[in-house]
Amino acid sequence: MALQEKYKELIDAATAAGVNELNVREQDGVLYIDGATSGAVKQQLWDTYERLDPNYASGDVVMNINSVAGVVEGSKLKVTTNSSNLNIRKGPSTNDDIVGKAARHEVVTLVGKENDQWWLIKTDQGEQGYSFTQYLTPVE
Amino acid sequence: MSKMMALVMVVAFMGATVTGCKNKPKDADLKTAVETAIQANPKLSASGVTVEKGVATLSGQVPDEATKEELGKAAAAVPGVTSVVNNLTIAITNVEIAADSPLAIAVKDATKDFPTVTATVADGVVTLKGELQKANLQKLMMALNALKPKKVDNQLVIK
Repeated sequence: MALQEKYKELIDAATAAGVNELNVREQDGVLYIDGATSGAVKQQLWDTYERLDPNYASGDVVMNINSVAGVVEGSKLKVTTNSSNLNIRKGPSTNDDIVGKAARHEVVTLVGKENDQWWLIKTDQGEQGYSFTQYLTPVE
Repeated sequence: MSKMMALVMVVAFMGATVTGCKNKPKDADLKTAVETAIQANPKLSASGVTVEKGVATLSGQVPDEATKEELGKAAAAVPGVTSVVNNLTIAITNVEIAADSPLAIAVKDATKDFPTVTATVADGVVTLKGELQKANLQKLMMALNALKPKKVDNQLVIK
């Protein structure tokens, strides 16, 4: 219960924000927080987490808040890579060949979701393939 | 086939066999001898030995390189074996299987855009080493936390 005390503000914020399917449990010294919500709430929760545990140095929380569960096929996605182009691949893994690239901040279209990590996307130029969702942000 | 032809072949065959017996042991005998020599080693599994003209070919699985070499030498030491083709394979260890697990692959994908970060996965724990700009830390943590790890051990030096 010690961790639920330490992160009480975070858990309270998630509850207050009405996070869907919020699930908080503690196991072997790690607090697991799961749920689904909007991108804005996810950002707010992560900022709270970062304030309670600066630089995430304690390693005592695994927070999996899904903010893209509601993103449907046909949605526009912005490429939010760090600096490089986004690789578009033949299949849903980095072992698959690159079949195209999307520039940073280019807007692409969601064709389908393979899993939480890989989505099938299409560029305006008609290039289609799988990209890593970490680098795709829904255009709201 | 004519009788004459058959006779010639039988004579030729006998001649070859007799010559073989005189100069060197038969391949079949060598095969038995090599099998006896290598099967004494308990680390060998699913072995196979073939011998052709004194050349012994070993197949099967061993746990490590040392055992493979050892068995190759044992086969070569059998009198009459002229050379050894060592096709023994080394069994894949548990460590390599773990590295191939879905979590390790997903972590590799998630950290790809951060070349200054080294991530390792063991027993579900993701350990981060190296350095990272503070501005990128939250993004990386969000991505890793979504992979259902047991925990994320962040040892990064934050710039």
